[in-house]
Amino acid sequence: MTRTTKTVRLAAVAGIVALGLSACGTTGGSGSSGSSGSGSYTIAFLGAATGPEGALGQNMIGGIKTALAAYNKTNPKAKVSLKVYDSQGSASQATPLASSIVSNSSVIGLVGPGFSGESKAVNPRFAAAGLPEISPSATEIDLTHSGWKTFHRVVGSDQFQGAADAKYLTNNAKSKKVFVIDDSEAYGTGLAQVVQKSLPSSAVVGTDHVQVGQTDFSATVTKIKASGADSVFYGGYYAESGLLIKQLRNAGWNGVFVSGDGSEDPHFVTVAGAQAANGAVLTSAAGPATASFSKQYAAANGGQPAGLYSMQAYDATNIFLAGIKAGDTTRANLENFVNSYSGTGVIGPIKFDSNGDVTATTIYAYHVQNGKLDTEHPTPIK
Amino acid sequence: MTRKPDPMHLLLHQFPELTITGLAVGSVYALIALGYTMVYGVLQLINFAHSEVFMFGTFAVAWVAMAIHGPNSRSENLEQAAGILLLGLVAAMVLSGIVALLLERVAYRPLIKKKAPKIIALISAIGAAFALEEVMGLRDRIASAFGLGQRLSNYVQGARNPYTMPVTVRPHPLFSIGNYKITDVDILMIVAALLMMFLLETFVKRTRFGKGIRAVAQDPEAAALMGVNSTRVVQLTFLIGGLMAGVGATLYMIRIGSTTAAGGDLLGIKAFTAAVMGGIGNLRGALIGGLVLGVVENWGIAVLGDSWKDVTSFVLLVLILLVRPSGILGEALGKARA
Repeated sequence: MTRTTKTVRLAAVAGIVALGLSACGTTGGSGSSGSSGSGSYTIAFLGAATGPEGALGQNMIGGIKTALAAYNKTNPKAKVSLKVYDSQGSASQATPLASSIVSNSSVIGLVGPGFSGESKAVNPRFAAAGLPEISPSATEIDLTHSGWKTFHRVVGSDQFQGAADAKYLTNNAKSKKVFVIDDSEAYGTGLAQVVQKSLPSSAVVGTDHVQVGQTDFSATVTKIKASGADSVFYGGYYAESGLLIKQLRNAGWNGVFVSGDGSEDPHFVTVAGAQAANGAVLTSAAGPATASFSKQYAAANGGQPAGLYSMQAYDATNIFLAGIKAGDTTRANLENFVNSYSGTGVIGPIKFDSNGDVTATTIYAYHVQNGKLDTEHPTPIK
Repeated sequence: MTRKPDPMHLLLHQFPELTITGLAVGSVYALIALGYTMVYGVLQLINFAHSEVFMFGTFAVAWVAMAIHGPNSRSENLEQAAGILLLGLVAAMVLSGIVALLLERVAYRPLIKKKAPKIIALISAIGAAFALEEVMGLRDRIASAFGLGQRLSNYVQGARNPYTMPVTVRPHPLFSIGNYKITDVDILMIVAALLMMFLLETFVKRTRFGKGIRAVAQDPEAAALMGVNSTRVVQLTFLIGGLMAGVGATLYMIRIGSTTAAGGDLLGIKAFTAAVMGGIGNLRGALIGGLVLGVVENWGIAVLGDSWKDVTSFVLLVLILLVRPSGILGEALGKARA
């Protein structure tokens, strides 16, 4: 045992060193031309750095650090640093932090807020202060339709996801009879409504609303079976969706189960049990990290692997950095730069519409196979 | 929305399925309700921390399965899982019993000794419920504080996430009623609840301990004068409530399989409702209240949709209390056919 662990450890160390070297090799050469602005500026991050959702926030912070590391290697005149404002993902904690971000004059751009709830609470504050925001992860549809001009996001909203989910159901799963369920909360209801609207109306055989915290779905299971549905879409989180699919399979229902990014979590499989979870399709606006990004990320973050939303945070930061490079070093100028930005990041082409949403994005379908959520090989939904 | 099947049609055609799965869920409500009703019968006190007694039981079942089976998820039928489930049952009854006794010792006895008003004990119960829930929700940090975080990681990691029993129980259809195939799990849950109810009633009616419980419920002072040790009786009452919650927790884990630190809250409210519906302080009332609530919820979902389930059951509760203010069976534990 000890010998194998040692070997593994050695290999890991060697791997990390190799990654670090190769990362240096690839990024060291990129040009240092055209940096006209000088001085030092701060990009703020607002989101959950600690707390129950802290892991997601750390993924984002890692993405920002990766972008900054590459930028600082070019020895730019304008120095850019990161300041983390930890909201723990809660709207009430985010609110006072928003005030201190706004009053910190060195902050010219914000990566965040992390979640939709906190975004709703603080966006009016940032919009009033004219501070450009790019969220890597807040997907609620309304966020870009509430008149907060400075809010942008590089992640596809639930509008994109819901439409893609409907497409998956009709084109890939060939569903003729879909039963649409949501968890009665903002995220789940929003997503389920888009799915329902995007499906041909003849394909929706029933709808139901369950509740967060509910564990017995026997009546809903009865309804689904009675409706003759060949597939179920669930808008909500894994705690409920995992139990729902388990109870459906236990009741002998064999259809296709599709849910959104609230369920796209390895815990979905744990809650459902491997057997019941197999075959489930869980969609997300975030794709898996590319090999070269993973390398670069690990090098900038002490060997930590990239995670969900790392790439979005990386791209968001790079948009700001491109603006700073171009000499747009005030909040107002940077906001204009972001609005007219057009480029290609690690997540694909990025361009914002007048609301602050990306004009196009890819939604991925992740599959549960052999009792595991395969996070490496999702199918892009086309 | 336009193609939604007619709700009454759904209720009529799926009547056996909705009723039987409702009874199965209602059995869990009933077993938890017994704990509320016992304590109320003896102390005229609503033990709001009882939901957490149940929650600890659910974790005991899952921990036993984890200890015996390991973390890999596996699906087994009821017979294959019987060994693990029986051990889980014992563990759940022991842990729930201990938690209930602890509650009595820490949150009630000092107050009762000082003759504090009932409302103070109620507040104390609510506080104890929060404390117990947080202990479970912070168990990862508690384990780390003792340097056991690594060794116990399968048991404590992600303390606030759902915790799932690695052994999934796959129900096996036995026979059909109408168009529903009744499963072994359905039968087990309903029969277990009836059996526990029967055992408990026999215990209260026929044994010396039971006589003590009835005596204290009727008149604590007279009972004390007759030489009944009321502290012992109160302890025993809490213990019985805990044991019943442990049985309920095992049935719950067989059917649902997953629990959380906050998992007792909703079921606690349901069980309390069931106890009031049946007549709080009445053992049979708790059983009937639980079963009625489970079934009515399912019917309500079929006719009005899931979001109306609680409305249905609480409207029913109000109606029952309007007609019979003391619940369906409405008599106190002390008067239970002595």
